[in-house]
Amino acid sequence: MTIAGRPQGLSDVAAGRLDPKTIEANFSDLHPPLGFHAAKVESDRCYFCFDAPCQQACPTSIDIPLFIRQIAADNRTGAAKTIFDANIMGGMCARVCPTETLCEEACVREAAEGKPVRIGLLQRYATDALIETGKSPFSRAAPTGKRAAVVGAGPAGLACAHALAVAGVEVTIFEARAKPGGLNEYGIAAYKAVDDFAAKEAAFILSVGGIEVLYGVALGEHVKLDDLRRDYDAVFLAMGLGATNKLGLPGEYELENVADAVDYIAVLRQAEDKSTMPVGRRVVVIGGGMTAIDIAVQSKKLGAQNVTIVYRRSSKHMKASRFERELAQTNGVVIRTSARPVAIEGHAGVFSGVLFEDTHEHEGVFAPAGSVFRIEADMLFTAIGQRGTPEILDGAEIELTGGRIVVDAERRTSFPGVWAGGDCVVGDENLTVVAVEDGKQAARSILSALGVSAA
Amino acid sequence: MADLRTDFLGIKSPNPFWLASAPPTDRKVNVERAFRAGWGGVVWKTLGEAGPPVVNVSGARYGAIHGPDRRVLALNNIELITDRDLEINLKEIKEVKRAWPDRALVVSLMAPCDEESWKAILARVEETECDGVELNFGCPHGMSERGMGSAVGQVPEYVEMVARWCKAHTRMPVIVKLTPNIADIRQPARAAKKGGADAVSLINTINSIMGIDLDAMTPLDAIDGKGTHGGMCGPAVKPIALAMVAEIARDPSLAGLPISAIGGVTTWRDAAEYIALGAGTVQVCTAAMTYGFKVVQEMATGLSAYMDRKGYATIDDFRGRAVPSITDWQHLNLNFVAKARIDQDLCIKCGRCHIVCEDASHQAIFAKLDGGRTFEINEAECVGCNLCVLVCPVENCITLDHKTHGVDPRTGLPYDRPPLAWTAHPNNPAVKAAE
Repeated sequence: MTIAGRPQGLSDVAAGRLDPKTIEANFSDLHPPLGFHAAKVESDRCYFCFDAPCQQACPTSIDIPLFIRQIAADNRTGAAKTIFDANIMGGMCARVCPTETLCEEACVREAAEGKPVRIGLLQRYATDALIETGKSPFSRAAPTGKRAAVVGAGPAGLACAHALAVAGVEVTIFEARAKPGGLNEYGIAAYKAVDDFAAKEAAFILSVGGIEVLYGVALGEHVKLDDLRRDYDAVFLAMGLGATNKLGLPGEYELENVADAVDYIAVLRQAEDKSTMPVGRRVVVIGGGMTAIDIAVQSKKLGAQNVTIVYRRSSKHMKASRFERELAQTNGVVIRTSARPVAIEGHAGVFSGVLFEDTHEHEGVFAPAGSVFRIEADMLFTAIGQRGTPEILDGAEIELTGGRIVVDAERRTSFPGVWAGGDCVVGDENLTVVAVEDGKQAARSILSALGVSAA
Repeated sequence: MADLRTDFLGIKSPNPFWLASAPPTDRKVNVERAFRAGWGGVVWKTLGEAGPPVVNVSGARYGAIHGPDRRVLALNNIELITDRDLEINLKEIKEVKRAWPDRALVVSLMAPCDEESWKAILARVEETECDGVELNFGCPHGMSERGMGSAVGQVPEYVEMVARWCKAHTRMPVIVKLTPNIADIRQPARAAKKGGADAVSLINTINSIMGIDLDAMTPLDAIDGKGTHGGMCGPAVKPIALAMVAEIARDPSLAGLPISAIGGVTTWRDAAEYIALGAGTVQVCTAAMTYGFKVVQEMATGLSAYMDRKGYATIDDFRGRAVPSITDWQHLNLNFVAKARIDQDLCIKCGRCHIVCEDASHQAIFAKLDGGRTFEINEAECVGCNLCVLVCPVENCITLDHKTHGVDPRTGLPYDRPPLAWTAHPNNPAVKAAE
């Protein structure tokens, strides 16, 4: 990724397109938290359903009716504990879960009046109070003498490590980056986790004790899977997806101002002052998932004037939820569908536009629709998916599909003593909440395999 | 347009909505604001005998129960009778009555239990040309410790005695206001009637402690670390007041005794319910203390619209119409069978009907969770108890069907049996004894 922080020829890429205050405001909380009274009123809307559909829709099966009732009864920390019992990352999930397709879609009030109980915001209300204390409400069981290695301190890794630590296992996490949190820290849109929340949450989780995190240690590079298997009683792989897909078009690597959205967002997330981030006046984003939305919206928030997402298939195939697409549109992002890039164009080594071909899709078969169009832009972001890096497993006999690890219901890999979860395993949805559930289930399975009773 | 005018003991008012004797009716400025807002009448806040002024606390004199949105469900108070000088009150009453001749103006009174005290104050009140007096035998706090208020109202003999004194010493209509803090409301009502009272008003406030501060370990709200019971009113007391009004309305020995009903009147519907139980007027306090005097505009327009819908031209057209349907349990038809029915199109699948029936009732609602998540009545177990109807969050989704054809799978008996009350039921030992 080379981004020229200056207008160059006809290309206009610059930092500080808006004044710093405006940029700061643009990156403030997407959904401001509920206050005491609003939480009380909202909690009263919950019907405390039998066999609650919201709970069933939650990948981590949080007892939603119970925690909402605890909020209604002024037991905010009790509500938080109910959430953390099922999902130690309940705080982040409250911010990033696509609730409109999970708990809130299942809420009977959605059926009744089209206005579900705002479960996400209530969950945030409950968890914020406890996370701000920085202290875990969990205590560890007596030491079991067992040791586990966890690869990756993202949602799956932290969830697994926490559950193991609570049960009295000594855990070592090997994290390639400098900070814990995985995509919570480096990936998701900044306005969804303001005030350094990912770091606070990780510290809160680690405060239970019994978890050592080794930063800057990458599997396959600094430590080998065989070593982990030898030195630990169990290994949980949760290193996420280490690489991104490429368009495979000339110019993708060579031209200035063509960037991989995942890389750019990681830098953006770590930037103390967002107004230092250069962004194009006209931006084109290729992709149809959450990353495409995130980069498009954040480009807008940095001051890009025209941002266009181009997706090769029709909108119903977009992985970005309807809520996310609408968020992009209300932020002024244009979404064009059924068009694929055929050429990346540039002048004098600098990106200048993309030539697209309209597509026609019939039963999964793409055909050119016979027309092309050009989008002239100053910056191109590619956001066409991430992929696994199985090479870091050093040829271990772990069953893979499409570069991702195959696991069973207990998150066991085909390799004895090795479990896996999160984005590095085969699954439909790369959601934080699903990763947390993977970590939780893997921990249960590991404890059972090690003959340790779960706390 | 329905005619809302009322004539209660000859006291005329443009509508049946009176403000009860309470803080909103303590002074001319408030009462005139009330009349401008549209209230049909007021009962002026209770006057006491001449002498050193009453002293109130200078801390929280009201407490409340709130709903989740801080909706006031009930208030209580430890305020005493008026703490303003008697002469000022009398002067203002006279001025207000002269300025507002079309509105009802009744004066509430409380005096020690001796005839001279009552005689003295009645004479002074009569000079104001007000429309009548209401005897405060109800307040359960403060004054009751001094032998007044509910200390009188709880002893029927005292009620009769004071009512008789008052009738002897004034030509004004006398209304006796009853305390609900008593086992059988008919006893003081009968005593009032026997003493010659023209009417009763009820209920006064209910003895109450609104809560305990679990940090301070004091009642809510405390005065310098201590609290006392107060008198509770507002929407939460309405069912209790309705029952007491009904007891009086259907008591043969009290037939025809006019009733001014009080207790949680918040909307036109509450007022209409009391009128259906025979009330000639209704008195309101908490709604005005929660929202201000403007609420009467909803009440008057709502009552008028209801009467128009029903074809009632005057209040008397429907007054007391619900009274004949109120009876004792023993007269209910035990052969009547109703069973719950769930409208599956309206059901939002919360499952509350199922779980309450399962946990707290008769296990008569099936939960079918495979696939569609549906809830279905098991008629072989349903006793028609109404619990599911009440807990269902959707209006009219669950209803009770009166069964008239076929056989009840629960009992094996046909639905269309002739009415049978406990008084004639074969399981009633008294019936057997009589045979």
